[in-house]
Amino acid sequence: MGQLDDYRLMARIRRFEERLTALKDAGEIPGSIHLCNGQEAIPVGACRALRDGDHVTATYRGHGWAIARGVDLAGLFAEMMGRDSALCGGRAASPYLSDPGRWFVGENSIVGAGVPIATGAALTAQRTGSGAVSVVSIGDGAMNQGNVHEALNLAAVLDLPLVLVVENNVYSEMSRISDMVRVKQLAERAAGYGLPARVVDGNDPDAVAEAVTEAVDRAREGSGPSIVEAMTERLVGHYSGDVQHYRPAGEIAAARQREPLARIRQAADADLTARLDAIDAEVAAEIETAVTAARAVPHPDPATAEEHVYV
Amino acid sequence: MSESLRYIQAVNAALTWALDSRTDTIYFGEDVALPGGPFGATKGLHKRFGSERIFDTPVSETGFLGMALGAAMTGLRPIAEIMYADFSFVAMDQIVNQIATIHYSSAGRWKAPLVIRMQQGYSPGACAQHSHSPEAYFAHTPGLRVALPATPDDAYQMLRTAVVSDDPVVVAEARMLYPTRGPVRTDAPVEPVGGARVVRPGTDVTVVAWSRMVSAALDAAGTLAEEGIDVEVVDLRWLNPLDFDTVAASVARTGRLVVAHEANLTGGFGAEIAARAATECFTDLRAPIARVAAPDVPMPAAPALQAVVVPEAATVADAVRRTVRA
Repeated sequence: MGQLDDYRLMARIRRFEERLTALKDAGEIPGSIHLCNGQEAIPVGACRALRDGDHVTATYRGHGWAIARGVDLAGLFAEMMGRDSALCGGRAASPYLSDPGRWFVGENSIVGAGVPIATGAALTAQRTGSGAVSVVSIGDGAMNQGNVHEALNLAAVLDLPLVLVVENNVYSEMSRISDMVRVKQLAERAAGYGLPARVVDGNDPDAVAEAVTEAVDRAREGSGPSIVEAMTERLVGHYSGDVQHYRPAGEIAAARQREPLARIRQAADADLTARLDAIDAEVAAEIETAVTAARAVPHPDPATAEEHVYV
Repeated sequence: MSESLRYIQAVNAALTWALDSRTDTIYFGEDVALPGGPFGATKGLHKRFGSERIFDTPVSETGFLGMALGAAMTGLRPIAEIMYADFSFVAMDQIVNQIATIHYSSAGRWKAPLVIRMQQGYSPGACAQHSHSPEAYFAHTPGLRVALPATPDDAYQMLRTAVVSDDPVVVAEARMLYPTRGPVRTDAPVEPVGGARVVRPGTDVTVVAWSRMVSAALDAAGTLAEEGIDVEVVDLRWLNPLDFDTVAASVARTGRLVVAHEANLTGGFGAEIAARAATECFTDLRAPIARVAAPDVPMPAAPALQAVVVPEAATVADAVRRTVRA
């Protein structure tokens, strides 16, 4: 994959979420949404390291991971619109969706709770000898959750093929992570588990891909888990209604100069700019097609509300 | 074929069957492999099946229950052991928000075929944090099957049922029953989930019980028979799926209902049985429904205090007498 492919995938995630925001404003999305604007290089770079059969677990800020893993765009829109989508039939929506067909174990609305579950996917890979790895993404705030601590130690002692990607966007929900921990980098915590860790520029898909590939290779050869801390910035609020009064003046404007799509554009010559413009137009059309397809999906039949509680 | 086994031996036999007959089954928890479990439930399993199939975990209930879920979603059938039911509370997120929910929230696309095996209830001198009977929390949670075997045979049959179930199952045994001995049908076919059972027919009053309180109810029935009161005892066995038909049919015969559990009264599963009976058995009832339960106190450790808190056969007998005379 080259830079244009990365750009296309990151633009797809960005455009998806911009369109999602417009749909939310128009009343077509009933619930809360948590956007990953600015963080797109992390799932895009990380998923470059993966094969079919490798499981990905994310958080409620996980639209980028779903899209990078190839989950159907129309299905994602339909699910978030509360329609009877092929993903989760409208039972999960934006913060808890999943797709076994794309090995997407799914998002999770409980901070950190995906890490133990991803550890289980890694256990299956190890015990069945499938050669698969399990990649799990969390935010910086989740590093203070007990479930993450327990799962990391468990994965370490069992030498499981697990890769933890910490998306450090500096904010633990609506509080600065620097007020919530006494370490400079969350990767320092890895020493407590006897695990290797790296800190990378999370706005550079190549840097993310290189670090995650190293961790994935290590996991695949049976050498156990690793941690990759990817430094990034959130361009939007914690959730759709967050006015971000807690962020200092100019911080978001500065972040907009450093975010991954802007970076590629800033370095582009006229020829590349034209190609990026073309990609943007193609992505916009693709997103509109997906929205149209999603709107055609019916709402779930109320008579099915009690279906699927049990097998 | 029937063997005479202690309850804890029946658990061991069921786990041996599971690991032997299903290669996708794995077993983990605290001190279960090399130590063989604090009560001997997994004695000999590590030697026979090895670390690939049964292994010890760190003291991390949230971590390893979440791991059980992820493993179940991706192709294994894990059995995770919670040493004392009280310890499940530190992992309630994984049980309630994750394990119970994923099948529904994915419209059935992910399955979570796992077993959470635990033991519950008081024992002499055990403090409040080693004495809970938390079955009502699990029965309240949609998505979980809840099994409470009361006999060695059910310890064997219901655990095997749980292992082959495609839904997550909480199997809550009773530590106080572990030394009890009884016939176990080791060659019986695996039963489907659910099903209450009339374990003593009677005509005057129905006592619905589960877990340790089944034997207390049977003891009470023996005492009351000498007083001319004929008690029918229903072992509920599974709180989910709930076989209320068996309860309703019994109440239709006897016209009176007593529900007995060791868990404390308020919000206990007895309240659910009472509410269902008040709705579905209204015209059959000739007396108010009675509930036998521990009072609403954390379990005290001292035997002198436990003696007035823990419901026993005499507590059940008193409730039955009041109901019959009402």
